[in-house]
Amino acid sequence: MNDWLRRLLFLPEQASTIARDMDSLHYFVIIVTMVGATAVAAFTLIFIVRFAAHKHREKSAAPDVRHGYTHGGIPVWLELFVFGGLLSLFILWWVIGFRQYARFVEPPPNTLQIYVTGKQWMWTFAYPNGAASNGILYVPAGRPVTLVMTSRDVIHSFFVPDFRVKRDVVPGRATTVWFEAPAAGRHHIFCTELCGVGHSTMRGEVVVLAAEEYERQLEGLERVDLGDPRASSLAAAGERVAARRGCMRCHTADGTPHIGPTFAGLYGATIPLEGGQSVIADVQYLTSSMMDPAAQLHRGFLAVMPSYQGLLSAAEVGGLVEYIRSLRDVQRAEPQSPAPQRTDVPIVTPLQPEERR
Amino acid sequence: MTSYLASGRSLRSWLVTKDHKRIGILFLIATTLALVLGGVFALLIRIELLTPEPSVFDALDYNRSFTHHGVVMVFLFMVPVIPTVFGNFFLPMMLGAPDVALPRLNLASFYVYCLGATILLLSLWFGGVDTGWTFYAPYATTSPTAVATAVFGVFVVGISSILTGLNFIVTVHTMRAKGMRWFRMPLFVWAIYATAIIQVLATPVLGLSLLLVGADHAFGMGVFDPALGGDPILFQHLFWFYSHPAVYIMILPAMGVVSEVVCTFSHNRPASYRAIAISSIGIAFIGFLTWGHHMFVSGMSMLDVGAFGILSMFVAIFSAIKVFTWTATLYRGRITFNAPMLYFFGFMFLFVFGGMTGVAVATSSLDIHWHDTYFVVAHFHFIMVGGTLTMFLAACHYWFPKMFGRRYPEKWALIGAVAVILGFVFTFTPQFLLGNAGMPRRYHTYVPEYQWLNVMSTAGATILALGLVVTLVYLVHSIFRGEKAGDNPWDSRGYEWLAPTPPPTHNFHTPLVIARGPYDFHCPERP
Ligand code: HEC
Ligand SMILES: [Cu+2]
Ligand SMILES: [Cu+2]
Repeated sequence: MNDWLRRLLFLPEQASTIARDMDSLHYFVIIVTMVGATAVAAFTLIFIVRFAAHKHREKSAAPDVRHGYTHGGIPVWLELFVFGGLLSLFILWWVIGFRQYARFVEPPPNTLQIYVTGKQWMWTFAYPNGAASNGILYVPAGRPVTLVMTSRDVIHSFFVPDFRVKRDVVPGRATTVWFEAPAAGRHHIFCTELCGVGHSTMRGEVVVLAAEEYERQLEGLERVDLGDPRASSLAAAGERVAARRGCMRCHTADGTPHIGPTFAGLYGATIPLEGGQSVIADVQYLTSSMMDPAAQLHRGFLAVMPSYQGLLSAAEVGGLVEYIRSLRDVQRAEPQSPAPQRTDVPIVTPLQPEERR
Repeated sequence: MTSYLASGRSLRSWLVTKDHKRIGILFLIATTLALVLGGVFALLIRIELLTPEPSVFDALDYNRSFTHHGVVMVFLFMVPVIPTVFGNFFLPMMLGAPDVALPRLNLASFYVYCLGATILLLSLWFGGVDTGWTFYAPYATTSPTAVATAVFGVFVVGISSILTGLNFIVTVHTMRAKGMRWFRMPLFVWAIYATAIIQVLATPVLGLSLLLVGADHAFGMGVFDPALGGDPILFQHLFWFYSHPAVYIMILPAMGVVSEVVCTFSHNRPASYRAIAISSIGIAFIGFLTWGHHMFVSGMSMLDVGAFGILSMFVAIFSAIKVFTWTATLYRGRITFNAPMLYFFGFMFLFVFGGMTGVAVATSSLDIHWHDTYFVVAHFHFIMVGGTLTMFLAACHYWFPKMFGRRYPEKWALIGAVAVILGFVFTFTPQFLLGNAGMPRRYHTYVPEYQWLNVMSTAGATILALGLVVTLVYLVHSIFRGEKAGDNPWDSRGYEWLAPTPPPTHNFHTPLVIARGPYDFHCPERP
């Protein structure tokens, strides 16, 4: 039944753990839609035929009082039934859809993180072990993967039809998308946000590999080119990026605040913001802090950090984030502002311990 | 007294006219030209998409043609067409008024429209625009094409839209004939009134956000450019704050036409006048609160996704009320079947299907897959073309006798209508399936497995185009050669039919005193 409907509706294969659930709702909604539209059209047609004027020819000379105004209103029970029914149906869809949405968007714990950059007109992927690839994304089968995505120029959107996932890739922000592909296979990646003349060529491929093969494949890939081909991991490469890009003029790794806050213990901490709110330093916060530092100002610091929007490559951003993440357990001395408390509540991206061995 | 067509035949008498009917005709000419132009761009798109690889265009020209198609169709045709043509022509007559409240402003709104359209078309000609009609920043601010002038053109057209809306609101409030209570107004008036409210409230937001995009583009102001500290998502919020209500600017007047057509041809009162009138206002209001459903995958908070999702469901309920009431109006009517009724029948299927797929894409999890694919393209074409275009055509036929004093040929009209409706279904049903299969919109090239559905869609578009050409030809022909029409050929009870055919400059020889409702078929036409 599932397969039959899927083919009838031209849906692509269901290559992720969420695809089948989404499709079930899809069938429900679309079948009701088709039945509804057909029913309305059928009633219209039946009435047009049944109440055609020539069927009243004998009376049509004078306007027909009986047919003219007797039905003044629809019976209340019918009205209530139709609108009550429709409204409950729509609310039902909303409830199912919203719960699904929450599940589809929020990654489960312990995902593998891969850093994605969209730029006109190519996708670049950086893996935690320091490998990188263009256009082709390698992921292990049977393991949830989170993509941390940002754009170097305009908005793109990352879409894998076979996985039923899509997320905009926005400059100056980090967005995430997650999926788990149960079996090995190859799947299209499309860019779905108009991004210029190369938009329709901004395609790629997800290659899902069995776990061992995946490891072998990553070993075979080129290293992220972050100035040091021997960097053993993305985090190690990130440390060098931080030095080279001058981050360490203002930041430290040993827990002492300087011109800017320290990187130590930063990842996952609750950051008090200028203006009273606070935010948890997850991947998205860290990325946005590099791209648009003034947007959310760490309380007690000056807005002196320059924007790195457009200056850092995906791999560099990924490296920096991984580097800051690797310092999450270093003790920090926090004299000025109320000491940031550590928190382990995952909000948008998971803050679980390192996936890297 | 001479008819409005005969009072002054010189070109000048048309160009400086303050007669709402002549202004309506001027708008009819202008918007029809826009429809033809937009249609040509549509066909160019469909031709290019016959093959998965580039064939007639390079990518830039392709991106230009879908942008031009969207911009021309939305801003120069769909948004203005029914209010400026039939609203202008019939709203005063339906109120029993000699003209709109502000006739000079009315003429001004025509010239502002022409000015905006000229700026827009010149910028399309020199340089073009390749951002899509949505002008998303920061692509729009960095695009190498003539974005700044084009958005300025749209801005000017927007002013015209605001002026028209304002004029209609004032007219409805101040120009109603003696005895015309609010709930005696024809339903078309209610629809135009609700539309005018949206036009006046939402268009300024669009105008200003587009100006900001233009300024970003021309002077690097950076409001929406993250590289300069701006926020691209802000643009999407501002844009959709107008452009979702704009959907109702396009569809509400069409719904007004439906109400008139269905009541007239079934010679019956609407099953519930109040339900239709009030749901127009409900749509106008709730329509302002649903814009976020265009942004489910752009990284909105969970709360926003939930809220915009449920509000979008509510707005659908109002449309459902209308559909239900129209169907019930047929019940026990005395139905005559002419071309407008055929369009009505087509409308009922297309609109319900288009509307329900709207509820489908407002279901947040499903939208993840459908967003920015051909499914969405098909959905809004069902609503806009299936809704507005069919009802524009229905209105052209329904009011043709009153406007020109002549009849259109019924046989050709039925052929044209069948071609339009079938062609339309053939064009867009494959696009729903393409969207399901995952084909993104605005794709110049695509993976080969999508080809045959694209070929079907192009075939459908050809039939649709033929239907429209046939319709255009016989309508223009009948303006001059058609059989003479009487004052009230459909035996309607609408007040506009009380005027002589074609109406004289101030519509009615003696001021109307309204003593019955516009759908009181049990009363004689003239009390
Ligand atoms: C000129 C000094 C300076 C430089 C250079 C600099 N920063 Fe900063 N950074 C700051 C200051 C000051 C803050 C705190 C104020 C704020 O939130 O903008 C900050 C905040 C941050 C934060 C947010 C931390 C928090 O606790 O809120 C991150 C992450 C960050 N910087 C990363 C970087 C990276 C990565 C680089 C190098 C690519 C860099 N910074 C370069 C001064 C600097
Ligand atoms: Cu793109
Ligand atoms: Cu919308």
